[in-house]
Amino acid sequence: MSAIVGRPGTPGAPGPGAEGGDGARVALTAAVRPRRFGAWYVAEHRFRVMRSYLQTLLVTGFGNPLLYLLAMGLGLGSLVSANLGPHAVDGVSYLAFVAPALLCTAAVTVASEEFTYPILLGFKWNPTFYGINASPIAPGQIIDGVVIAVVARLLGTTAVYFAFMALFGAVPGAWASVGILVGTIGGLAFGAPIMAYVATIEQDSGQIAMLMRFVLLPLTLFSGTFFPLANMPSFLQWIGWVSPLWHSTQLSRVFSYGMSEPLWLSVVHIVYLLALFVVFWLWARRIAARRLNK
Amino acid sequence: MPAPVISARDLVKKYKDFPAVDGISFEVEPGESFGLLGPNGAGKSTTMRMIGAVSTRSAGDLSILGLDPNRYGPEIRSQLGVVPQSDNLDTELRVRDNLIVYGRYFGLPSARVRTRADELLAFAQLEDKAKAKVDDLSGGMKRRLTIARALINDPRILLLDEPTTGLDPQARHILWDRLFRLKEQGTTLVLTTHYMDEAEQLCDRLVVVDKGTIMAEGSPARLIREYSTREVLEVRFGSERNAEVAERLDGVGERIEVLPDRILVYSDDGEAELVRIVERGLHPLTSLVRRSSLEDVFLRLTGRSLIE
Repeated sequence: MSAIVGRPGTPGAPGPGAEGGDGARVALTAAVRPRRFGAWYVAEHRFRVMRSYLQTLLVTGFGNPLLYLLAMGLGLGSLVSANLGPHAVDGVSYLAFVAPALLCTAAVTVASEEFTYPILLGFKWNPTFYGINASPIAPGQIIDGVVIAVVARLLGTTAVYFAFMALFGAVPGAWASVGILVGTIGGLAFGAPIMAYVATIEQDSGQIAMLMRFVLLPLTLFSGTFFPLANMPSFLQWIGWVSPLWHSTQLSRVFSYGMSEPLWLSVVHIVYLLALFVVFWLWARRIAARRLNK
Repeated sequence: MPAPVISARDLVKKYKDFPAVDGISFEVEPGESFGLLGPNGAGKSTTMRMIGAVSTRSAGDLSILGLDPNRYGPEIRSQLGVVPQSDNLDTELRVRDNLIVYGRYFGLPSARVRTRADELLAFAQLEDKAKAKVDDLSGGMKRRLTIARALINDPRILLLDEPTTGLDPQARHILWDRLFRLKEQGTTLVLTTHYMDEAEQLCDRLVVVDKGTIMAEGSPARLIREYSTREVLEVRFGSERNAEVAERLDGVGERIEVLPDRILVYSDDGEAELVRIVERGLHPLTSLVRRSSLEDVFLRLTGRSLIE
């Protein structure tokens, strides 16, 4: 029995007379597309699932920016302006200050939905990942596919948000549109560690609810969203520094109304966000590979 | 002789120090219907996962279609259909969409997947459920949908892990009928089961597995011939008395097994043995003569009953 083992460099060539002959040849051809496009097939699957809750997606996607910009930007904003003048916060109106931050927060909210329940679902409640894993798709591709689908939803969410900002007059210039990207990357940086953690959950005893309440909520409250981080007592400011949301918020403010900050700090924002995303994304792939190989 | 589609030699799978599969060897020929029979925890599912190229072996050789799963996982999986022990259909999608999504994982073009999905819905007798939610299907229907899904890529080998466990008798028979059709079409079937009747219905050849090792191998008929008698007489004297009565049955039948609830007497003529028992002044509460089954083979090989 000479199975095709350990012949590096010749994956496409089983050679004549190899055991299984025809079957092996067909198999080698059949796996070419899944090996190359597997992650996209998984994303396609996710999109189909999203379509089943399309209404919710649309309502939250359009409703959130409308409500938040109304409440925070105009409601709270007019109060701030009435008391402190039209350039009260960081030299701009409260609306201009808070709008890019709200966009980033929306991205983070979407990421913490899409990187928690679908992952726990796929591994545990409705273990579709095991089903996918039985097809030519590899565990890493499952994670990649989820990420692709989340990127798409993040881009959609932040783009809609940006459109509403423009409608509310909270877009000072064309550069502000970079916020769509910054928000998306912020969402990924926020979500990837969550995804890696959730992928390790074997026994579900409400960890996700705890995570939302005691980690994600404080992170969003102390990320300089509604007031500058510097207004917080210094012993609480570190929460902002570790929070990806603070980094994405600050960066999108730089692009939006030209918030002044040293260039190195802007670079730190980008590097920190990308590093968080990439490291935990790769980590999640490894966890998936270990978990699905039993 | 055609090359085997599956070949396992001294296959081992260890979890920490526990060997779930402890050195098993077997081959499966193309078109054959091959069974792994054994109780829960025997190592059947673990073996199936290794064949399915989703579980890395700890030792030994394994080749599927001539390919090593360690290196050619996606290639091998592209030629398999897998029906896992518990259904993992996507409950967020409708019945037909489950097939379509799954077909895409094999890199099949959307148009082809759609046609194939409709064919398979017909095969699985689920045409009128195409738009139904998965959760609204009965257990038997879910199982048929899972089988349909496993066939979306026209697999060379269909792996079925306990295909009918938990189904009612009618649903089982429908499923067996479908599987039998596949077998007739030449699909290689590999299935695990702890049901004797299932193994006897579907398997050309099987291995009896216990504690991660193979106890015996052969066709159902041959195993019965080799490890059991033609008939079995089952007598019950009440659970209190069975053991005590058994001591007085010396010389009755070729062999006797005492179970908690009954005594099994192995013989080629069950009726004759019953007469002999009654002649000794022993009067069973109930008696029954039946043909030997794989259950008896298993009992003989392991000293234990298959379903505990």
